[in-house]
Amino acid sequence: MTGVPVDDLYAVARLYATTDKAMIFYTLGITEHICGTSNVMSIANLAMLTGHIGRPHTGVNPIRGQNNVQGACDMGALPNVYSGYQRVTDPAIREKFEKAWGVPLSDKLGLTIPEMFDKANKGEIKAMYILGENPVLTDPNSNHVRSGLANLEFLVVHELFLTETAEYADVILPAASFAETDGTFTNTERRVQRVRKAIEPLPGQTNWQTIMALSNRMGYPMDYPDPEAIWNEMASLTPSMFGIRYRRLGIKGMQWPCPDNDHPGTQYLHYGSFSRGRGLFQAIDHIPPGESPDEEYPFLLSTGRILYHYNVTTPYSQGIQSMWPEEMAEINPDDAARLGVKTGDKVRVTSRRGELTSKVQVTDRVPPGLIWMSFHFAESPANVLTSDAVDPITKTGEYKICGVRVEKLQEA
Amino acid sequence: MVTLTVNGRQIKAPRGSTILEACRLNGIEIPTLCYDPDLRLAGSCRMCLVEAKGRPLFLASCVAPAEDGMVIETESPDIVEARRIVLELLAARHDFSCQTCEKNGDCKFQDYCYRYGVKDSRFTDGGRHVYPIDDPNPFIERDYNKCIMCTRCVRACEEITVARAINVKDRGHNAKIATAFDGHLADSPCVFCGQCIMVCPVGALTSKVSAGKGRAYEVDRVLTTCTYCGTGCTLELNVKDNQVVGVTSNRSEEYSPVNKGALCVKGRFGWDFINSPDRLTTPLIKENGEFREASWDEALDLVAARLQAIKESSGPDSMAVFTSARMTNEENYLAQKFARAVLGTNNVDHCARL
Repeated sequence: MTGVPVDDLYAVARLYATTDKAMIFYTLGITEHICGTSNVMSIANLAMLTGHIGRPHTGVNPIRGQNNVQGACDMGALPNVYSGYQRVTDPAIREKFEKAWGVPLSDKLGLTIPEMFDKANKGEIKAMYILGENPVLTDPNSNHVRSGLANLEFLVVHELFLTETAEYADVILPAASFAETDGTFTNTERRVQRVRKAIEPLPGQTNWQTIMALSNRMGYPMDYPDPEAIWNEMASLTPSMFGIRYRRLGIKGMQWPCPDNDHPGTQYLHYGSFSRGRGLFQAIDHIPPGESPDEEYPFLLSTGRILYHYNVTTPYSQGIQSMWPEEMAEINPDDAARLGVKTGDKVRVTSRRGELTSKVQVTDRVPPGLIWMSFHFAESPANVLTSDAVDPITKTGEYKICGVRVEKLQEA
Repeated sequence: MVTLTVNGRQIKAPRGSTILEACRLNGIEIPTLCYDPDLRLAGSCRMCLVEAKGRPLFLASCVAPAEDGMVIETESPDIVEARRIVLELLAARHDFSCQTCEKNGDCKFQDYCYRYGVKDSRFTDGGRHVYPIDDPNPFIERDYNKCIMCTRCVRACEEITVARAINVKDRGHNAKIATAFDGHLADSPCVFCGQCIMVCPVGALTSKVSAGKGRAYEVDRVLTTCTYCGTGCTLELNVKDNQVVGVTSNRSEEYSPVNKGALCVKGRFGWDFINSPDRLTTPLIKENGEFREASWDEALDLVAARLQAIKESSGPDSMAVFTSARMTNEENYLAQKFARAVLGTNNVDHCARL
């Protein structure tokens, strides 16, 4: 089913189970499926079964897709929780934030990004404020994203560059980069680390100042002297990070949970027992992908990132762009021979949602029947092809599997 | 513990220490070039020679074990003379173009030649090798006319990055650091992490992205956290005249344990987007399908008025905020507070799902 030889599976299982301390690291090949949640639960099952959890140098370690995914989630940039995963639907929690912020707050769950685009297409979402994201290139099924953005009454984009998404904006606010602000990032091991201002903000003001200015104009006064004051407000409302303060971060950073000012931070979770008490094994059934290759679209398209690029910012770095300037979709030598293409030739790739052209490289890194592309390049935007199937729990798009057709392109 | 006498002073060090470790532990500095505490020992450059009473030969202190009762001299006249000869031997293959070298002022070889008064080499009969400087990759300048064959780059490539892109080709005076078949880095397993630049004690390996933009003594180094991935590597932005001109990293134990100085191609060389000419620096307002420049006041007034109007006509839940996993925690906290407290909606999300 997976293409991994059964003997290899046994060998890996034995090695993992019989090693004293073993860690599982995974990236988005686990989560970017409609069964992503099941995949993560299966990994948790394995770790519990073998005792590789709750001890140093063990555990389940997702390597996040952006530098501060952990932090953005921790800060409550999610439709269902405030900072520290405090639920917006919990009346006591909401009351605490209402008191601290001095306004009544909504008790209704918010929308996730895919739901926002569905509603934008239907005209139910009328305005968006997009900070530092380029969903036209990064989100699945780009044509659906584009039509959603075009359908908005008002779009503000707060960005470093005139991106494909910013083209749709009514107003673009120039953003400051990480070199132009103080603050913190939280890495994949929950380590809060300092970001320090190295140069003056190119647009004249940094992003927290812009948000503050906007808020003040809309009748909600914000008056933070510096990012540390913002952090301190957040920490005072967030039990899991209450004890983390700038003066304690120093040059090493600290890992949450850190409930008070004497707590040293937490190197690893689930020491002694699980957060919920006993570990809970989840029985997982196989769920097939939302869209599998078929006669009409016989290739399986999988997408991801390459080492030399990072999402969609690195093309603005001259050195990186000069060395890896364009998409080189990977296909197996068997398929290449059948299609009559060699490395450097161009192909047209078509799915039910869109089509693009890309150069190919012929390599046995991919098995027959599979074509692999990155999503870094605006000229070959892989996400016009990807499906809008999502994991029903996390709403993560199925970037890793959809059916496509691949044809050799005759050079004009 | 073992007890030694160094330069007439008694010192103690844990059993199993080398003489160099014992001395550094006690604040006695011995010059080194090929020694690197994070890499396996080479013992090849001979800079760290010391005199041990009763021993017929000078010892390379980076590899010689500290033994109980040893009597060591680290700067005796004989040792100083030996170091001068070592430096001259190394200088026989080093191009002294310090004036135009990226590493001027940040070069251990320059420091030691200065300290021991070595201005040229008497061992250059038949001339120095002249190697072309012609690797076309955009990141790593390889100038083997300055290489002193300490092999720290080879060891860092093998032991830190495990790419094994380079090794020593040929032997003796003809020895040279090379990829397989002495070709370009792009045709080797090199991943352009630049750990080789980090460990190079001279100007043989330098960053092309930073070339000509500022020497070590001209830049401020601002400790911060890399913006690229969730690993959270610590790095130093090198700043000159309000421009980021380079990235260096610090391997000291006092810093974050995440990367111990190691970086990848994006962190070490991908920072030039910061001062890219394509950066937006003024607010833009779209009129008749075209963007025009606007002042901050005009743009913010317009955004506030439009959002306020839509909030009143269609309700808070007709609006949505996308924050970014590339922004700081503080900016994210503020953005979600803006959505919830100012707009009045929980419609706030970011790219965690990709």
